[in-house]
Amino acid sequence: MEPIEINQLQEHIDSFANKEVYVHLETTNGAYASHFNQDAYNVGAFIRNAKVTYQRGKVVGAGATYRVGLKLDIGWIYAEGVNQFEVDEQNRLLMAGHDREGRLMVALQISESPFQY
Amino acid sequence: MSEHVVVIYPHPDDEAFGASGTITTFREKGVPVTYLCGTLGEMGRNMGNPTFATRETLPEIRKKELIQACEVLDINLEMLGYRDKTLEFESTEEVADHLFSYLNKMKPSLVITHYPGHAVHPDHDAFGAAAIKAVEKFAENERPTVWAQAISRNHLEELGEPDIQNDVSEVFTKKFETIQAHKSQADGMLSKVRNEADDIVEATKQWLGVESFYTWKF
Repeated sequence: MEPIEINQLQEHIDSFANKEVYVHLETTNGAYASHFNQDAYNVGAFIRNAKVTYQRGKVVGAGATYRVGLKLDIGWIYAEGVNQFEVDEQNRLLMAGHDREGRLMVALQISESPFQY
Repeated sequence: MSEHVVVIYPHPDDEAFGASGTITTFREKGVPVTYLCGTLGEMGRNMGNPTFATRETLPEIRKKELIQACEVLDINLEMLGYRDKTLEFESTEEVADHLFSYLNKMKPSLVITHYPGHAVHPDHDAFGAAAIKAVEKFAENERPTVWAQAISRNHLEELGEPDIQNDVSEVFTKKFETIQAHKSQADGMLSKVRNEADDIVEATKQWLGVESFYTWKF
């Protein structure tokens, strides 16, 4: 993955607009958060292969972190903290935010075919 | 019953951090060891440091790392095809039946798994519970011994001292090599040790040099 270049990422987000797409969205602080720090809570959520169509998608932010919002006919998809992206060899748009140790904290991925696994 | 050890953990690298010293000791005695690995750790957070994996490439990367780790340990590997983070939502009975279908063929003398309720990660707790349920399906006189691994903060208070405490410092080089085979995970998990210690192998040995288990009472 590469650090986000906002204009480039915006073009990729636009290319999936008004199409039926599959979305993977997740955020997590890990299953061991409260094991290593008793004051911490384990939180996490993911949805894999949500089938949606967005009329407009937008990336906003600067520097270290960005926010991405996808406007649906009857709702929204939102991710905060993404800082890297790539279009993989299957033409899927992968966006993610990692901490300093390379651990994934948030991911938003868009694909025209369902994600595997 | 001839000796055969079956290790039942949900994630690629659980065997490395948790039991690779004990596994090495068994292999050195010529005892066959099989790893029933539940998932490919598809939802792992560690993507290498610097990152070289994505959510979508991680499963294949971890599968290769797992195969390599099992080659280092010289053990058989069966990948059971569950999905990371979802084991606790499967039917315990079905998972137990699935595990039993392997155990019944292998007739192990010893099963190593996580101690349900004291294994921190929900997948560990769920898979440990299913493993114990699977072993319960054997008639009492054919039932393998189970060593259950507890890693919760309060396990000593609640369970007392583990009766099996394997000092694996003699074979630690092998354990470290097994951990390193899981590169995508080891990068992140060893980084803390790396930052604080000059000799990372020695520091890791202090941290992981004893592998403890409770013999399960049926």
